[in-house]
Amino acid sequence: MNGVDAALALVVSLTAFWTIRVRAAFIAVAAYTGCGLLIALVWVRLRAVDVALTEAAIGAGVTGAVLIAAAARLRPAEEAANAERPARRLRAVAAALSVTVALALAVLVLLPADPAPSLGREAVAPLDDLGLGNPVTAVLMVYRGMDTLLEKLVLLLAVIGVWSLAPDRFWGGAPAAPAIAGRNGPLLLAARLLPPIGIVFAIYTVWTGASAPGGAFQGGAVLAAMWMLVLAAGLARIPAVTNRRLRLLLAAGPATFMAIALAGFLIAGAFLAYPPGLAKALIVLAEIPMVLTIALVLALLAAGPPAGEPER
Amino acid sequence: MSAATLFGLIGAALAGLGLYGVVVHPQPLRKILAFDLLGAGVFLTFGVTARRGTLYAIGPDPVPQAMVITGIVVAFAATALAVALLLRLYAVTGGTSLATKPPEEA
Amino acid sequence: MSVLLHFFTVIAVLAGAFCFLAGTLGLIRFPDALTRLHALTKADNLGLGLIVLGLLPQADGLWGVLKLLAVWLLAQFSGATVTQLIAAAAGRGDEAA
Repeated sequence: MNGVDAALALVVSLTAFWTIRVRAAFIAVAAYTGCGLLIALVWVRLRAVDVALTEAAIGAGVTGAVLIAAAARLRPAEEAANAERPARRLRAVAAALSVTVALALAVLVLLPADPAPSLGREAVAPLDDLGLGNPVTAVLMVYRGMDTLLEKLVLLLAVIGVWSLAPDRFWGGAPAAPAIAGRNGPLLLAARLLPPIGIVFAIYTVWTGASAPGGAFQGGAVLAAMWMLVLAAGLARIPAVTNRRLRLLLAAGPATFMAIALAGFLIAGAFLAYPPGLAKALIVLAEIPMVLTIALVLALLAAGPPAGEPER
Repeated sequence: MSAATLFGLIGAALAGLGLYGVVVHPQPLRKILAFDLLGAGVFLTFGVTARRGTLYAIGPDPVPQAMVITGIVVAFAATALAVALLLRLYAVTGGTSLATKPPEEA
Repeated sequence: MSVLLHFFTVIAVLAGAFCFLAGTLGLIRFPDALTRLHALTKADNLGLGLIVLGLLPQADGLWGVLKLLAVWLLAQFSGATVTQLIAAAAGRGDEAA
Protein backbone atom coordinates (compact mmCIF):
# COMPACT_ATOMS: atom_id res chain seq x y z
CA MET A 1 0.00 0.00 0.00
CA ASN A 2 1.32 3.43 -0.78
CA GLY A 3 0.23 7.03 -0.49
CA VAL A 4 -1.95 6.90 -3.60
CA ASP A 5 -4.07 4.12 -2.17
CA ALA A 6 -4.40 5.80 1.20
CA ALA A 7 -5.35 9.13 -0.39
CA LEU A 8 -7.85 7.42 -2.69
CA ALA A 9 -9.41 5.54 0.22
CA LEU A 10 -9.71 8.78 2.17
CA VAL A 11 -11.41 10.69 -0.65
CA VAL A 12 -13.81 7.83 -1.36
CA SER A 13 -14.87 7.70 2.28
CA LEU A 14 -15.29 11.46 2.45
CA THR A 15 -17.42 11.71 -0.69
CA ALA A 16 -19.54 8.75 0.39
CA PHE A 17 -20.09 10.32 3.79
CA TRP A 18 -20.97 13.60 2.14
CA THR A 19 -23.46 11.88 -0.16
CA ILE A 20 -25.40 10.60 2.82
CA ARG A 21 -25.15 13.65 5.03
CA VAL A 22 -25.77 16.59 2.70
CA ARG A 23 -29.26 18.12 2.71
CA ALA A 24 -29.90 19.02 -0.92
CA ALA A 25 -30.64 16.10 -3.24
CA PHE A 26 -28.90 17.74 -6.19
CA ILE A 27 -25.62 18.01 -4.28
CA ALA A 28 -26.00 14.43 -3.05
CA VAL A 29 -26.29 13.19 -6.64
CA ALA A 30 -23.21 15.17 -7.67
CA ALA A 31 -21.31 13.73 -4.69
CA TYR A 32 -22.46 10.21 -5.59
CA THR A 33 -21.24 10.63 -9.20
CA GLY A 34 -17.87 11.85 -7.94
CA CYS A 35 -17.70 8.96 -5.47
CA GLY A 36 -18.51 6.50 -8.26
CA LEU A 37 -15.71 7.83 -10.45
CA LEU A 38 -13.27 7.60 -7.55
CA ILE A 39 -14.41 4.02 -6.94
CA ALA A 40 -13.58 3.35 -10.60
CA LEU A 41 -10.03 4.48 -9.78
CA VAL A 42 -10.03 2.08 -6.83
CA TRP A 43 -10.95 -0.72 -9.20
CA VAL A 44 -7.98 0.17 -11.37
CA ARG A 45 -5.74 -0.04 -8.29
CA LEU A 46 -7.22 -3.50 -7.68
CA ARG A 47 -6.15 -4.38 -11.26
CA ALA A 48 -9.74 -5.01 -12.35
CA VAL A 49 -9.81 -2.63 -15.31
CA ASP A 50 -12.95 -4.08 -16.92
CA VAL A 51 -14.87 -3.42 -13.72
CA ALA A 52 -13.38 0.08 -13.53
CA LEU A 53 -14.61 0.86 -17.05
CA THR A 54 -18.08 -0.45 -16.23
CA GLU A 55 -18.28 1.41 -12.92
CA ALA A 56 -17.19 4.69 -14.50
CA ALA A 57 -19.48 4.38 -17.51
CA ILE A 58 -22.60 2.82 -16.01
CA GLY A 59 -22.29 2.96 -12.24
CA ALA A 60 -21.30 6.61 -12.03
CA GLY A 61 -22.07 8.00 -15.48
CA VAL A 62 -25.48 6.85 -16.64
CA THR A 63 -26.80 6.41 -13.09
CA GLY A 64 -25.73 9.98 -12.35
CA ALA A 65 -27.57 11.22 -15.43
CA VAL A 66 -30.77 9.44 -14.42
CA LEU A 67 -30.57 10.65 -10.83
CA ILE A 68 -29.78 14.27 -11.71
CA ALA A 69 -32.76 14.43 -14.06
CA ALA A 70 -34.94 12.99 -11.31
CA ALA A 71 -33.54 15.38 -8.70
CA ALA A 72 -34.27 18.34 -10.97
CA ARG A 73 -37.84 17.15 -11.60
CA LEU A 74 -38.48 16.49 -7.91
CA ARG A 75 -37.09 19.74 -6.56
CA PRO A 76 -40.49 21.30 -5.73
CA ALA A 77 -41.35 18.39 -3.47
CA GLU A 78 -38.01 18.29 -1.72
CA GLU A 79 -38.80 20.64 1.14
CA ALA A 80 -41.91 18.76 2.13
CA ALA A 81 -40.10 15.44 1.97
CA ASN A 82 -37.18 16.68 4.06
CA ALA A 83 -39.55 17.80 6.77
CA GLU A 84 -40.30 14.18 7.63
CA ARG A 85 -37.02 13.54 9.41
CA PRO A 86 -37.26 10.29 11.39
CA ALA A 87 -37.16 10.20 15.17
CA ARG A 88 -33.88 10.16 17.04
CA ARG A 89 -34.44 6.60 18.18
CA LEU A 90 -34.86 5.31 14.62
CA ARG A 91 -31.66 7.08 13.62
CA ALA A 92 -29.78 5.49 16.54
CA VAL A 93 -31.06 2.02 15.67
CA ALA A 94 -30.19 2.54 12.01
CA ALA A 95 -26.70 3.69 12.96
CA ALA A 96 -26.21 0.62 15.16
CA LEU A 97 -27.42 -1.65 12.36
CA SER A 98 -25.12 -0.01 9.80
CA VAL A 99 -22.11 -0.26 12.07
CA THR A 100 -22.85 -3.94 12.70
CA VAL A 101 -23.12 -4.69 8.99
CA ALA A 102 -19.97 -2.71 8.22
CA LEU A 103 -18.07 -4.54 10.95
CA ALA A 104 -19.30 -7.91 9.70
CA LEU A 105 -18.09 -7.12 6.19
CA ALA A 106 -14.81 -5.83 7.61
CA VAL A 107 -14.30 -9.11 9.45
CA LEU A 108 -14.96 -10.89 6.18
CA VAL A 109 -12.26 -8.80 4.55
CA LEU A 110 -9.71 -9.09 7.35
CA LEU A 111 -10.00 -12.81 8.05
CA PRO A 112 -10.20 -14.54 4.73
CA ALA A 113 -10.05 -18.24 4.08
CA ASP A 114 -6.52 -19.42 3.50
CA PRO A 115 -5.71 -20.41 0.78
CA ALA A 116 -8.24 -18.17 -0.93
CA PRO A 117 -10.82 -20.24 -2.81
CA SER A 118 -10.72 -19.35 -6.43
CA LEU A 119 -11.71 -20.71 -9.81
CA GLY A 120 -9.17 -18.48 -11.45
CA ARG A 121 -6.87 -21.26 -12.51
CA GLU A 122 -9.69 -23.18 -14.19
CA ALA A 123 -10.90 -19.97 -15.80
CA VAL A 124 -7.59 -19.13 -17.38
CA ALA A 125 -6.60 -22.59 -18.60
CA PRO A 126 -8.78 -22.85 -21.75
CA LEU A 127 -8.16 -19.28 -22.91
CA ASP A 128 -5.80 -20.26 -25.71
CA ASP A 129 -8.28 -22.78 -27.09
CA LEU A 130 -10.99 -20.15 -27.12
CA GLY A 131 -8.78 -17.63 -28.84
CA LEU A 132 -9.52 -15.02 -26.19
CA GLY A 133 -6.97 -13.02 -24.27
CA ASN A 134 -9.21 -11.40 -21.68
CA PRO A 135 -10.31 -13.86 -18.98
CA VAL A 136 -13.16 -11.61 -17.88
CA THR A 137 -14.70 -11.73 -21.34
CA ALA A 138 -14.26 -15.48 -21.31
CA VAL A 139 -16.15 -15.69 -18.03
CA LEU A 140 -18.90 -13.37 -19.21
CA MET A 141 -19.49 -14.89 -22.61
CA VAL A 142 -18.42 -18.50 -22.27
CA TYR A 143 -18.40 -19.94 -18.78
CA ARG A 144 -21.20 -17.77 -17.41
CA GLY A 145 -22.88 -17.07 -20.70
CA MET A 146 -26.15 -18.03 -19.07
CA ASP A 147 -25.78 -15.13 -16.62
CA THR A 148 -25.15 -12.69 -19.45
CA LEU A 149 -28.13 -13.98 -21.40
CA LEU A 150 -30.41 -13.61 -18.41
CA GLU A 151 -28.93 -10.19 -17.71
CA LYS A 152 -29.99 -9.03 -21.17
CA LEU A 153 -33.49 -10.22 -20.41
CA VAL A 154 -33.43 -8.38 -17.08
CA LEU A 155 -32.49 -5.20 -18.92
CA LEU A 156 -35.36 -5.68 -21.35
CA LEU A 157 -37.73 -6.28 -18.44
CA ALA A 158 -36.54 -3.03 -16.87
CA VAL A 159 -37.31 -1.17 -20.11
CA ILE A 160 -40.76 -2.75 -20.28
CA GLY A 161 -41.28 -1.85 -16.63
CA VAL A 162 -40.28 1.76 -17.16
CA TRP A 163 -42.45 2.04 -20.27
CA SER A 164 -45.47 0.58 -18.52
CA LEU A 165 -45.35 3.38 -15.96
CA ALA A 166 -46.80 5.85 -18.43
CA PRO A 167 -50.38 7.01 -18.00
CA ASP A 168 -52.73 5.08 -20.27
CA ARG A 169 -53.34 7.95 -22.62
CA PHE A 170 -49.61 8.29 -23.33
CA TRP A 171 -49.08 4.69 -24.38
CA GLY A 172 -47.67 4.63 -27.89
CA GLY A 173 -46.09 8.03 -27.52
CA ALA A 174 -42.41 8.89 -27.30
CA PRO A 175 -40.40 9.43 -24.14
CA ALA A 176 -39.66 13.04 -23.33
CA ALA A 177 -36.46 14.48 -24.68
CA PRO A 178 -34.01 15.73 -22.04
CA ALA A 179 -35.06 19.28 -21.24
CA ILE A 180 -32.49 21.68 -22.65
CA ALA A 181 -34.16 25.02 -23.27
CA GLY A 182 -33.53 26.54 -26.66
CA ARG A 183 -31.03 25.52 -29.27
CA ASN A 184 -27.71 25.84 -27.56
CA GLY A 185 -24.77 26.48 -29.90
CA PRO A 186 -21.96 24.75 -28.01
CA LEU A 187 -24.17 21.75 -27.35
CA LEU A 188 -24.97 21.44 -31.04
CA LEU A 189 -21.27 21.59 -31.85
CA ALA A 190 -20.53 18.91 -29.29
CA ALA A 191 -23.36 16.73 -30.59
CA ARG A 192 -21.94 16.97 -34.10
CA LEU A 193 -18.28 16.55 -33.18
CA LEU A 194 -18.22 13.95 -30.41
CA PRO A 195 -20.47 11.13 -31.71
CA PRO A 196 -18.14 10.05 -34.55
CA ILE A 197 -15.26 9.86 -32.07
CA GLY A 198 -17.47 8.13 -29.53
CA ILE A 199 -18.74 5.55 -32.01
CA VAL A 200 -15.24 4.64 -33.11
CA PHE A 201 -14.19 4.40 -29.49
CA ALA A 202 -17.16 2.20 -28.65
CA ILE A 203 -16.46 -0.18 -31.53
CA TYR A 204 -12.82 -0.33 -30.50
CA THR A 205 -13.74 -1.05 -26.87
CA VAL A 206 -16.02 -3.91 -27.91
CA TRP A 207 -13.53 -5.36 -30.36
CA THR A 208 -10.59 -5.19 -28.00
CA GLY A 209 -12.62 -6.70 -25.18
CA ALA A 210 -11.67 -10.12 -26.49
CA SER A 211 -8.02 -9.67 -25.62
CA ALA A 212 -7.68 -6.61 -23.35
CA PRO A 213 -9.91 -4.78 -20.89
CA GLY A 214 -13.09 -3.71 -22.62
CA GLY A 215 -16.19 -5.48 -23.76
CA ALA A 216 -19.77 -5.15 -24.84
CA PHE A 217 -21.10 -3.33 -21.77
CA GLN A 218 -18.46 -0.67 -21.75
CA GLY A 219 -18.75 -0.03 -25.48
CA GLY A 220 -22.52 -0.03 -25.24
CA ALA A 221 -22.38 2.59 -22.49
CA VAL A 222 -20.26 4.90 -24.66
CA LEU A 223 -22.68 4.43 -27.56
CA ALA A 224 -25.60 5.22 -25.26
CA ALA A 225 -23.85 8.38 -24.10
CA MET A 226 -23.37 9.51 -27.68
CA TRP A 227 -27.02 8.93 -28.47
CA MET A 228 -28.11 10.80 -25.36
CA LEU A 229 -25.87 13.69 -26.40
CA VAL A 230 -27.52 13.82 -29.83
CA LEU A 231 -30.95 13.67 -28.22
CA ALA A 232 -30.11 16.41 -25.73
CA ALA A 233 -28.98 18.73 -28.51
CA GLY A 234 -32.25 18.19 -30.32
CA LEU A 235 -30.63 16.72 -33.43
CA ALA A 236 -32.78 13.61 -33.20
CA ARG A 237 -35.93 12.53 -31.44
CA ILE A 238 -36.54 9.46 -29.36
CA PRO A 239 -38.75 7.12 -31.38
CA ALA A 240 -42.15 6.21 -30.01
CA VAL A 241 -42.31 3.07 -27.91
CA THR A 242 -44.35 1.31 -30.58
CA ASN A 243 -41.70 1.93 -33.22
CA ARG A 244 -41.03 -1.40 -34.90
CA ARG A 245 -37.38 -0.79 -35.68
CA LEU A 246 -36.71 0.19 -32.08
CA ARG A 247 -38.30 -2.97 -30.77
CA LEU A 248 -36.46 -5.09 -33.31
CA LEU A 249 -33.11 -3.64 -32.27
CA LEU A 250 -33.97 -4.10 -28.61
CA ALA A 251 -34.77 -7.75 -29.15
CA ALA A 252 -31.84 -8.37 -31.48
CA GLY A 253 -29.23 -8.68 -28.76
CA PRO A 254 -30.82 -11.32 -26.57
CA ALA A 255 -32.33 -13.06 -29.60
CA THR A 256 -28.97 -13.49 -31.33
CA PHE A 257 -27.34 -14.68 -28.15
CA MET A 258 -30.19 -17.11 -27.54
CA ALA A 259 -29.96 -18.38 -31.11
CA ILE A 260 -26.24 -19.02 -30.74
CA ALA A 261 -26.87 -20.68 -27.40
CA LEU A 262 -29.52 -22.99 -28.85
CA ALA A 263 -27.30 -23.67 -31.84
CA GLY A 264 -24.82 -24.97 -29.31
CA PHE A 265 -27.09 -27.99 -29.05
CA LEU A 266 -26.55 -28.77 -32.71
CA ILE A 267 -22.90 -27.98 -33.21
CA ALA A 268 -21.28 -28.59 -29.88
CA GLY A 269 -23.57 -30.81 -27.90
CA ALA A 270 -24.84 -28.58 -25.11
CA PHE A 271 -26.68 -25.32 -24.45
CA LEU A 272 -24.33 -22.39 -24.83
CA ALA A 273 -21.43 -24.63 -25.80
CA TYR A 274 -19.03 -23.34 -28.39
CA PRO A 275 -17.37 -25.63 -30.90
CA PRO A 276 -13.59 -25.47 -30.70
CA GLY A 277 -12.10 -23.07 -33.21
CA LEU A 278 -15.34 -21.18 -33.79
CA ALA A 279 -15.57 -19.80 -30.27
CA LYS A 280 -14.13 -16.35 -30.86
CA ALA A 281 -16.09 -15.85 -34.09
CA LEU A 282 -19.36 -16.81 -32.41
CA ILE A 283 -18.65 -14.58 -29.42
CA VAL A 284 -17.98 -11.58 -31.64
CA LEU A 285 -21.10 -12.40 -33.65
CA ALA A 286 -23.13 -12.43 -30.46
CA GLU A 287 -21.57 -9.24 -29.16
CA ILE A 288 -22.45 -6.99 -32.11
CA PRO A 289 -26.24 -6.94 -31.66
CA MET A 290 -25.66 -7.12 -27.91
CA VAL A 291 -23.84 -3.79 -27.97
CA LEU A 292 -26.69 -2.16 -29.89
CA THR A 293 -29.23 -3.54 -27.47
CA ILE A 294 -27.23 -2.42 -24.43
CA ALA A 295 -26.80 1.09 -25.85
CA LEU A 296 -30.52 1.37 -26.61
CA VAL A 297 -31.53 -0.01 -23.23
CA LEU A 298 -29.27 2.35 -21.31
CA ALA A 299 -30.50 5.39 -23.20
CA LEU A 300 -34.15 4.35 -23.00
CA LEU A 301 -33.93 3.69 -19.26
CA ALA A 302 -32.51 7.18 -18.85
CA ALA A 303 -35.23 8.69 -21.03
CA GLY A 304 -38.10 7.27 -19.05
CA PRO A 305 -41.67 6.35 -19.88
CA PRO A 306 -43.62 7.83 -22.80
CA ALA A 307 -44.56 11.39 -22.00
CA GLY A 308 -46.56 12.56 -24.96
CA GLU A 309 -49.63 11.70 -26.90
CA PRO A 310 -49.01 9.09 -29.57
CA GLU A 311 -48.89 10.55 -33.03
CA ARG A 312 -51.72 9.45 -35.24
CA MET B 1 -2.09 -3.70 5.61
CA SER B 2 -2.15 -4.23 1.88
CA ALA B 3 -3.95 -1.98 -0.53
CA ALA B 4 -6.58 -4.63 -1.21
CA THR B 5 -7.42 -4.96 2.49
CA LEU B 6 -7.69 -1.19 2.84
CA PHE B 7 -10.08 -0.98 -0.09
CA GLY B 8 -12.06 -3.89 1.29
CA LEU B 9 -12.51 -2.01 4.54
CA ILE B 10 -13.58 1.07 2.61
CA GLY B 11 -16.12 -1.09 0.81
CA ALA B 12 -17.45 -2.31 4.15
CA ALA B 13 -17.72 1.31 5.32
CA LEU B 14 -19.57 2.29 2.15
CA ALA B 15 -22.00 -0.56 2.64
CA GLY B 16 -22.67 0.57 6.20
CA LEU B 17 -23.14 4.20 5.13
CA GLY B 18 -25.47 3.18 2.34
CA LEU B 19 -27.57 1.07 4.68
CA TYR B 20 -27.85 3.98 7.10
CA GLY B 21 -28.94 6.27 4.29
CA VAL B 22 -31.57 3.85 3.04
CA VAL B 23 -33.17 3.58 6.47
CA VAL B 24 -32.91 7.16 7.64
CA HIS B 25 -33.65 9.41 4.66
CA PRO B 26 -37.35 10.16 4.27
CA GLN B 27 -37.02 11.23 0.64
CA PRO B 28 -37.18 8.24 -1.76
CA LEU B 29 -34.61 9.72 -4.12
CA ARG B 30 -32.07 9.80 -1.28
CA LYS B 31 -32.98 6.22 -0.45
CA ILE B 32 -32.26 5.18 -4.03
CA LEU B 33 -28.98 7.07 -3.88
CA ALA B 34 -28.00 5.37 -0.63
CA PHE B 35 -29.01 2.02 -2.09
CA ASP B 36 -26.62 2.59 -4.99
CA LEU B 37 -23.89 3.44 -2.51
CA LEU B 38 -24.65 0.23 -0.62
CA GLY B 39 -24.32 -1.67 -3.88
CA ALA B 40 -21.01 -0.02 -4.72
CA GLY B 41 -19.68 -0.93 -1.27
CA VAL B 42 -20.75 -4.55 -1.57
CA PHE B 43 -19.19 -4.82 -5.03
CA LEU B 44 -15.95 -3.38 -3.70
CA THR B 45 -15.83 -5.90 -0.85
CA PHE B 46 -16.56 -8.61 -3.37
CA GLY B 47 -13.82 -7.37 -5.64
CA VAL B 48 -11.26 -7.54 -2.87
CA THR B 49 -11.79 -11.27 -2.79
CA ALA B 50 -10.90 -11.20 -6.48
CA ARG B 51 -7.64 -9.50 -5.64
CA ARG B 52 -7.06 -12.16 -3.02
CA GLY B 53 -7.40 -14.97 -5.53
CA THR B 54 -4.64 -13.45 -7.59
CA LEU B 55 -2.64 -15.71 -9.80
CA TYR B 56 0.52 -13.75 -9.89
CA ALA B 57 1.38 -14.90 -13.35
CA ILE B 58 -1.90 -14.07 -14.96
CA GLY B 59 -3.75 -11.42 -13.01
CA PRO B 60 -6.69 -11.05 -10.66
CA ASP B 61 -9.38 -13.69 -10.48
CA PRO B 62 -11.78 -13.07 -13.37
CA VAL B 63 -14.90 -14.78 -12.01
CA PRO B 64 -15.75 -12.22 -9.29
CA GLN B 65 -14.92 -9.44 -11.75
CA ALA B 66 -17.47 -10.73 -14.23
CA MET B 67 -20.04 -11.05 -11.47
CA VAL B 68 -19.44 -7.49 -10.35
CA ILE B 69 -19.83 -6.22 -13.93
CA THR B 70 -23.15 -8.04 -14.19
CA GLY B 71 -24.11 -6.63 -10.80
CA ILE B 72 -23.32 -3.05 -11.77
CA VAL B 73 -25.46 -3.27 -14.90
CA VAL B 74 -28.38 -4.86 -13.10
CA ALA B 75 -28.09 -2.30 -10.28
CA PHE B 76 -28.37 0.46 -12.84
CA ALA B 77 -31.48 -1.14 -14.35
CA ALA B 78 -33.02 -1.39 -10.89
CA THR B 79 -32.14 2.25 -10.15
CA ALA B 80 -33.71 3.42 -13.40
CA LEU B 81 -36.89 1.49 -12.68
CA ALA B 82 -37.02 2.81 -9.11
CA VAL B 83 -36.57 6.38 -10.35
CA ALA B 84 -39.34 5.90 -12.92
CA LEU B 85 -41.62 4.62 -10.17
CA LEU B 86 -40.73 7.60 -8.00
CA LEU B 87 -41.47 10.08 -10.79
CA ARG B 88 -44.81 8.39 -11.39
CA LEU B 89 -45.58 8.63 -7.67
CA TYR B 90 -44.77 12.32 -7.87
CA ALA B 91 -46.97 12.78 -10.93
CA VAL B 92 -49.90 10.99 -9.33
CA THR B 93 -49.78 12.31 -5.77
CA GLY B 94 -47.92 15.59 -6.20
CA GLY B 95 -45.46 14.67 -3.46
CA THR B 96 -42.71 12.16 -2.82
CA SER B 97 -43.76 11.05 0.60
CA LEU B 98 -43.77 7.34 1.31
CA ALA B 99 -45.95 7.79 4.37
CA THR B 100 -49.16 5.88 3.98
CA LYS B 101 -52.26 8.00 3.83
CA PRO B 102 -55.85 6.82 4.25
CA PRO B 103 -57.35 6.07 0.81
CA GLU B 104 -59.16 9.08 -0.59
CA GLU B 105 -62.57 8.95 -2.02
CA ALA B 106 -62.07 8.98 -5.80
CA MET C 1 18.60 12.65 -19.11
CA SER C 2 15.91 10.50 -17.60
CA VAL C 3 16.49 12.10 -14.21
CA LEU C 4 15.76 15.44 -15.84
CA LEU C 5 12.58 14.04 -17.38
CA HIS C 6 11.42 12.66 -14.03
CA PHE C 7 12.15 16.02 -12.44
CA PHE C 8 10.12 17.74 -15.15
CA THR C 9 7.23 15.34 -14.58
CA VAL C 10 7.18 15.95 -10.84
CA ILE C 11 7.30 19.73 -11.23
CA ALA C 12 4.62 19.85 -13.91
CA VAL C 13 2.23 17.51 -12.08
CA LEU C 14 2.69 19.43 -8.84
CA ALA C 15 1.97 22.69 -10.65
CA GLY C 16 -1.12 21.12 -12.20
CA ALA C 17 -2.31 19.90 -8.82
CA PHE C 18 -1.82 23.39 -7.42
CA CYS C 19 -3.95 24.79 -10.25
CA PHE C 20 -6.72 22.34 -9.40
CA LEU C 21 -6.46 23.39 -5.77
CA ALA C 22 -6.78 27.03 -6.77
CA GLY C 23 -9.78 26.25 -8.95
CA THR C 24 -11.50 24.39 -6.13
CA LEU C 25 -10.79 27.27 -3.77
CA GLY C 26 -12.45 29.58 -6.27
CA LEU C 27 -15.40 27.20 -6.50
CA ILE C 28 -15.92 27.38 -2.77
CA ARG C 29 -15.18 31.04 -2.17
CA PHE C 30 -16.60 32.94 -5.12
CA PRO C 31 -20.04 34.46 -4.68
CA ASP C 32 -22.11 33.41 -7.68
CA ALA C 33 -22.36 30.82 -10.41
CA LEU C 34 -20.64 32.69 -13.23
CA THR C 35 -17.53 33.63 -11.26
CA ARG C 36 -17.31 30.10 -9.93
CA LEU C 37 -17.52 28.71 -13.46
CA HIS C 38 -14.79 31.09 -14.54
CA ALA C 39 -12.47 29.98 -11.77
CA LEU C 40 -13.24 26.35 -12.39
CA THR C 41 -12.70 26.28 -16.13
CA LYS C 42 -9.62 28.45 -16.31
CA ALA C 43 -7.79 26.83 -13.42
CA ASP C 44 -8.87 23.27 -14.15
CA ASN C 45 -8.02 23.44 -17.84
CA LEU C 46 -4.59 24.83 -17.06
CA GLY C 47 -4.14 22.20 -14.37
CA LEU C 48 -5.13 19.37 -16.67
CA GLY C 49 -2.83 20.70 -19.39
CA LEU C 50 0.10 20.85 -16.97
CA ILE C 51 -0.55 17.33 -15.69
CA VAL C 52 -0.78 15.93 -19.22
CA LEU C 53 2.37 17.82 -20.17
CA GLY C 54 4.11 16.39 -17.15
CA LEU C 55 3.00 12.84 -17.97
CA LEU C 56 4.15 13.00 -21.58
CA PRO C 57 7.73 11.95 -20.82
CA GLN C 58 6.39 8.94 -18.92
CA ALA C 59 4.15 7.73 -21.74
CA ASP C 60 5.17 4.57 -23.57
CA GLY C 61 5.88 5.41 -27.19
CA LEU C 62 4.11 7.58 -29.70
CA TRP C 63 0.74 5.91 -29.11
CA GLY C 64 0.89 6.72 -25.42
CA VAL C 65 1.62 10.36 -26.18
CA LEU C 66 -1.24 10.54 -28.68
CA LYS C 67 -3.63 8.94 -26.21
CA LEU C 68 -2.71 11.44 -23.51
CA LEU C 69 -3.21 14.34 -25.93
CA ALA C 70 -6.55 12.89 -27.03
CA VAL C 71 -7.68 12.64 -23.41
CA TRP C 72 -6.66 16.24 -22.85
CA LEU C 73 -8.48 17.53 -25.92
CA LEU C 74 -11.66 15.55 -25.21
CA ALA C 75 -11.73 16.63 -21.56
CA GLN C 76 -11.26 20.27 -22.56
CA PHE C 77 -13.94 20.07 -25.22
CA SER C 78 -16.58 18.46 -23.07
CA GLY C 79 -15.67 20.72 -20.16
CA ALA C 80 -16.08 23.78 -22.33
CA THR C 81 -19.47 22.58 -23.62
CA VAL C 82 -20.77 21.85 -20.13
CA THR C 83 -19.53 25.23 -18.90
CA GLN C 84 -21.44 27.00 -21.67
CA LEU C 85 -24.59 25.08 -20.75
CA ILE C 86 -24.30 25.88 -17.04
CA ALA C 87 -23.58 29.54 -17.83
CA ALA C 88 -26.64 29.68 -20.08
CA ALA C 89 -28.74 28.18 -17.33
CA ALA C 90 -27.32 30.62 -14.79
CA GLY C 91 -28.02 33.48 -17.18
CA ARG C 92 -31.65 32.39 -17.35
CA GLY C 93 -31.80 32.60 -13.58
CA ASP C 94 -32.07 28.86 -13.06
CA GLU C 95 -31.69 28.16 -9.36
CA ALA C 96 -29.79 24.91 -9.66
CA ALA C 97 -26.80 26.48 -11.41
